[in-house]
Amino acid sequence: MANYSTNEFRPGLKVMLEGDPCSILDSEFVKPGKGQAFTRVKLRNLITGRVWDRTYRSGEALPAADVLETEMEFLYDDGEFWHFMKTDGSFEQVAASASVVGDAKNWLLAQEACSVTLWNSEPISVTPPNFVELTVARTDPGLRGDTAQGGVKPAELATGATVRVPLFIEIGDVLRVDTRTGEYVSRVKS
Amino acid sequence: MPGDPVATTRSEPAGEVDWRPSCSASMLRERGRLLAEIRRFFAARDVLEVQTPTVGRRTVLDPALDSIATRDGRYLQTSPEYHMKRLLAAGAPSIYQIAPAFRDGEAGRWHNPEFTILEWYRLGFDAPALIAEVAALVDSVLGPAPYESVACADLLRGRFGIEPDDPRALLELGSTLGLAEPRLDEALDLALARALASVAERRVFVTGFPAALAALARVGDDGYAERFELIVDGVEVANGYDELTDAAELAARMDADAERRRALGRTEIAPDEALLAAHRHGLPHCAGVAMGLDRLLMLKLGAPNLADVMAFSWDRA
Repeated sequence: MANYSTNEFRPGLKVMLEGDPCSILDSEFVKPGKGQAFTRVKLRNLITGRVWDRTYRSGEALPAADVLETEMEFLYDDGEFWHFMKTDGSFEQVAASASVVGDAKNWLLAQEACSVTLWNSEPISVTPPNFVELTVARTDPGLRGDTAQGGVKPAELATGATVRVPLFIEIGDVLRVDTRTGEYVSRVKS
Repeated sequence: MPGDPVATTRSEPAGEVDWRPSCSASMLRERGRLLAEIRRFFAARDVLEVQTPTVGRRTVLDPALDSIATRDGRYLQTSPEYHMKRLLAAGAPSIYQIAPAFRDGEAGRWHNPEFTILEWYRLGFDAPALIAEVAALVDSVLGPAPYESVACADLLRGRFGIEPDDPRALLELGSTLGLAEPRLDEALDLALARALASVAERRVFVTGFPAALAALARVGDDGYAERFELIVDGVEVANGYDELTDAAELAARMDADAERRRALGRTEIAPDEALLAAHRHGLPHCAGVAMGLDRLLMLKLGAPNLADVMAFSWDRA
């Protein structure tokens, strides 16, 4: 693939560094008045999630990484792999290991869309939509009269994830949850 | 100009180019006020405003500066320094100029390949006298505040805990700052850039530059360059010299720069014979400074980007 020179560095650009695909978070042109120019770059390693701080001489280049973020439909998990299908009509499927899926598995419901990041056509990370709607599978009955107290209790969702919810939530309620924080947002229907 | 801002977010017909300015109408007014304020400042001090060419037959040889060349082999000036020094050698009094300057490839939050320089020269001034005048001008624009003074070496010592004349420590620091296999001069540039940027929420004059970074400043008896930089809130705002007047020394430094350019594989540029001849004729003792006016305006108004204080930034020009 192509190389990107420092003057092409932009947030979101995917490049290869030390064998791993990275996403540029921030790129800053640095130059002391009479001195030579540098580009200071913050990159997220898309495999490990670690953030790297690097400095390049102006004009240096990094190879482009073949990284693609695609919308896919979650099909099922077989305990070892999570299976996804492309929604572009190709019906092409990919299988992601537990370590690739990570915390996203808390929010993945079959037949729902999510974002799968592919590197050289292999999945390297899975991102659920920012908000998902999930049914409550288990929770203690709320005590009547407590609703005004603003109290909370744990509720287990259909995916197995546990969120803290208001006391009036009952089994079978559908909740809207923010997947970035893992927090209850609202009750969609009871 | 009615209304504010100039740069609106009004939607254009699809496919229409974004023709609007990059700054608001109130910013245009601020810029106009700044220019008027500067002209008042120098009028009160009896410093003459001059204009010199933006395009010249020669340009600077600094290995780290790239000039933009015209088709007939002339150069857009990276600063009005050479022409202004020729005026001084010809007998001009203390002079100032507000001029466009061009540095190829310098683009970023604090850089635009075309920018506005305020450059002035004071006959008979030494570095401390000019530092005082720079502070007075900055006070009149940004409002008064205290100024600190710190030597280059102390800045590096304080920020990184290294002795700047220890090559091994400097190279190690370059690597730590994320640069692969740094050369010594690169490591020093990078360390300085990072140290300067760390001078937050203060106004600091950096002095005591090593002779290797003298540029066109005189080197004093102590072996350090009579050069200073003003840093405001971590941003370089001005760079000044007690000017080198020795023609032979100027020729030697130009040769050294030309040699460095060759070693680095940069485009070769012939030295400016007119500047050398002017020095042989005699540049009077003076101190001079260049100030980035766009940055000063950014700092004054808390603008996050250079584009916010320019009518049309590089990508819209």
